[in-house]
Amino acid sequence: MRHDLILRVLAKLMIPFILLFALYVQFHGDFGPGGGFQAGVILAAAVIFYGLIFGLADARKLVPEPLVESMMAAGVLLYGGVGVAGLLLGGNYLDYFVLDPNPVLGQHRGIFWVEVGVAVTVSGVMLKIFYMFADRGKVDQ
Amino acid sequence: MEALIINVLLALMAVAVVVIARSRNLFGVIVLAGLYSFLMATVLVAMDAVDVAMTEASVGAGISTVLLLGALYLCKSEEARPVQKPWLPLTLSLAVGAMLVYGTLGLPEFSDAQAPIHVHVVPRYLNEMKQEVDVPNVVTAVLASYRGYDTLGETTVVFTAGAGVVALLRRRRKDRQP
Amino acid sequence: MTRVGHFAYFVTVFLMVAGLFIVIARGNLIKKLIGLGIFQTSVYLLYIAPGKLVGGTAPILSDAFTIYSNPLPHVLILTAIVVGVATLALGLALVARIREAYGSIEEDEILSIEAAPGRPEEQHQPQ
Repeated sequence: MRHDLILRVLAKLMIPFILLFALYVQFHGDFGPGGGFQAGVILAAAVIFYGLIFGLADARKLVPEPLVESMMAAGVLLYGGVGVAGLLLGGNYLDYFVLDPNPVLGQHRGIFWVEVGVAVTVSGVMLKIFYMFADRGKVDQ
Repeated sequence: MEALIINVLLALMAVAVVVIARSRNLFGVIVLAGLYSFLMATVLVAMDAVDVAMTEASVGAGISTVLLLGALYLCKSEEARPVQKPWLPLTLSLAVGAMLVYGTLGLPEFSDAQAPIHVHVVPRYLNEMKQEVDVPNVVTAVLASYRGYDTLGETTVVFTAGAGVVALLRRRRKDRQP
Repeated sequence: MTRVGHFAYFVTVFLMVAGLFIVIARGNLIKKLIGLGIFQTSVYLLYIAPGKLVGGTAPILSDAFTIYSNPLPHVLILTAIVVGVATLALGLALVARIREAYGSIEEDEILSIEAAPGRPEEQHQPQ
């Protein structure tokens, strides 16, 4: 599909906006609908879109496999790490009140990092599953 | 007016499901499933569930369609004509449906403010959220803070699914093309 | 509003029954997974419909509104949607492997290959 001019131009126009929208949904999840899951899926969709138009090899150069695999695990580690941070600072596991001298700001901080962890894991997993499905068919020929 | 929109969309969803059940072309079935997910997302917006609608639209209509098309590309088939008329499954499904309809007659009235789900723990979330967490989106606050353990479990489930797919579809080095 | 509300429940039950029918009556594995997805979405409707309050708004706190729809089912269903897609991904990976091992994704053909004596070994080395 990379030889089709219209598709290429449209993809180059739309992908930055899709990425920006993913970041918007992630960070604005506190004030409107949104949050980690939706943002992670939209981020993965942007990279899948790039892979569909410009070819899987180019998508792999843009987002290499080791990066995607580490993203899958890093999100869960980050989430668990926030919980352990609560333990180290004197509260219970996943206690956000102790993360900051002001308890409400501690809650904000905890929610922020937890949503980042969720988005990283979800986008990594969706992208990795797409790579696996696309890879399997190719070698079969 | 709202109720009319919801009912029309629900009727369209029912029609889409009937066509999915009867159609044999798998590509058409997958596209119809994506359409069904979008209708579901619209119904959810009409029911004031905006977070859920966004998730259903992106996950159900977006990623699910991509995964189904990927699997169809690997499997390359069309559904075979059924050998016999499915009378037993049909009667079984209708019997289950009749029991469920009898059960829903006991549910509280639509939009009843005194229904049990509105009076136990939700008033605490809505009223005390401002001084405890101060995040306007109640769903995000409950998901990430009040019920944070459930979200940790869910993230682990997503990770496990990814690890499972990697384990199932990975190729050993000697099978790869040089 | 009795008739309206219960129409939503009836359609939910219809979708549930249709999903169940697709799972048990159709033999194609991909179609079974789609039927399972339809069943799951009907359960989402079943949870969210009782939470709606007519005249209320989405559960995002603001000074302009006093009545909010119930946020608790939204949280539970958000988790359920993501878990549903995780299950679908694993199921589709299994279907792809079954296709490679048996050459077909129709349930009766797979069962007849299983029942026949001396069934063909897997094409690839066991992973």
